[in-house]
Amino acid sequence: MIKVTYIESDGTSRDVNVEEGVNLMDAALDNMVPGIDGDCGGVCACATCHVHVEPSWIDKLKPMDETEDAMLELTDDRNENSRLGCQIVATPELDGLIVYTPEGQH
Amino acid sequence: MITETVVIVGGGQAGAQAAVSLRQEGFEGRVVLIGDEPVLPYQRPPLSKTFLAGELAKERLFIKPAAFYEKINVEHILGETVSAIDSSQQVVSLNGGQTLDYSHLILATGGQVRQLDCPGASHPQVHYLRTLADVEAMQDKFTAGARLVVIGGGYVGLETAAVAVKHGLKVTLLVARPTPLSRVTSPEVGKFFRDVHREAGVTLCCNTGVESIEDDAGDGEVAAVVTDSGYRVLADIVVVGIGLLPHVELAESAGVACDNGIVVDEYGRTSVDNIYAAGDCANHPNPIYQRRLRLESVQNAVDQGKAVAATICGKDKPYAQVPWFWSDQYDLKLQTAGINSGYDQAVVRGEIASRSFAVFYLHEGRLLAVDAINRPAEFVVARNILSKGLSVSAERLQDESIPAKALADEQAEKSVKKEGPSQQVA
Repeated sequence: MIKVTYIESDGTSRDVNVEEGVNLMDAALDNMVPGIDGDCGGVCACATCHVHVEPSWIDKLKPMDETEDAMLELTDDRNENSRLGCQIVATPELDGLIVYTPEGQH
Repeated sequence: MITETVVIVGGGQAGAQAAVSLRQEGFEGRVVLIGDEPVLPYQRPPLSKTFLAGELAKERLFIKPAAFYEKINVEHILGETVSAIDSSQQVVSLNGGQTLDYSHLILATGGQVRQLDCPGASHPQVHYLRTLADVEAMQDKFTAGARLVVIGGGYVGLETAAVAVKHGLKVTLLVARPTPLSRVTSPEVGKFFRDVHREAGVTLCCNTGVESIEDDAGDGEVAAVVTDSGYRVLADIVVVGIGLLPHVELAESAGVACDNGIVVDEYGRTSVDNIYAAGDCANHPNPIYQRRLRLESVQNAVDQGKAVAATICGKDKPYAQVPWFWSDQYDLKLQTAGINSGYDQAVVRGEIASRSFAVFYLHEGRLLAVDAINRPAEFVVARNILSKGLSVSAERLQDESIPAKALADEQAEKSVKKEGPSQQVA
């Protein structure tokens, strides 16, 4: 299990144990983490699973592809640490990962 | 104080969204979701894609886990249909005999597949693809070497063919129109998908209707699909994807106005007080296109579910979204923003042969829609242009020296300038 901490916009923090190979959108939905909608079911088509990754972790993630980069343009508050949860797959190297969820998806 | 009850008829994407959004909007009364399928609301798009391919576990289809509905206190009655609505008493009756009083009633009844209408259409090997049960019923036939005939060149037909041919089935795809996807896209994009499927090994026949289905050996095992061009194609399995008919019978019987779906206003309200509709079944006004639309998509179901929930909670959030759709076939992601009907100009950006291009559809110089094939940036920029009503020029859209991202920004500046100094950008 890989520990991922989701921190909500109001500061509420919750640790979720994510199975290796499961993406952060599915893990959020399974564990009722608010702020992650995942309308398209995780195929990088809707940008409703936007998260801000804790800056110290951003370089440890697999770089985003062209689709994710484009889809993030649909989000309201994109910054250099923005990623789509559906594109971050839990691996042992990500144990301890921290992500911030927005108040609501667009 | 009497507790209010919202009854949601329909356990699909729109119904589930409405339930969740009611709580998010602060509704504190009772919420009861009634679904005619025996399972919790699930996503339909993967049914003809990754789930059919066996790449997505069943648990992953569900929109929310059971515990979620418990946590937000949404009751659900599954495997039950509503037989009648008494709108004067505000009561619904279920087939099982139960009745439920409602303060607000949301009809998220979706639709039913259009049935093949020809002799032999009820052959046991003829399947439709709308529900989880439909896919589960056909999955054991999806084995390498099996002969599949797909009837219908829409999203469902094409996606099914793509999954099947990848699995080694021998696939014949019959398309009634001159090109696939003719209802939703242009002949150019339709031809592209036709060629993609043919290259992948699908025998794709356009302008081909079905005359009848025969039982090949009289044992129900093999169907013979007889086309209007005189072919007789043997099939171990037939999958029919020829469209959806909105479920309106219940609404009509309650006196709710229906016309190609349940007629609603921008708040999701029907012609009858305290009855609303959302999703595939709802015929709604779209301010961007200034006409009525009935859309069959996740985006529409989600956004209308939200709008109806807001209306019930007394918040004005009229539904005014740019429609968008996607389809995954082979290595291709088709993303469509907008509705192209009525276009008078199709502008291609990129090379069609490169399998990465976008087609922008314009009417009198105004953008109506885009089909983006492996071009997410063009899809995104088109959504922005459409939602903000920006002007575009065909020359710029096809100029690949301008990055897709920049199309919206520079257009924004241009349109502001054109409108004169009174228009300020915030």
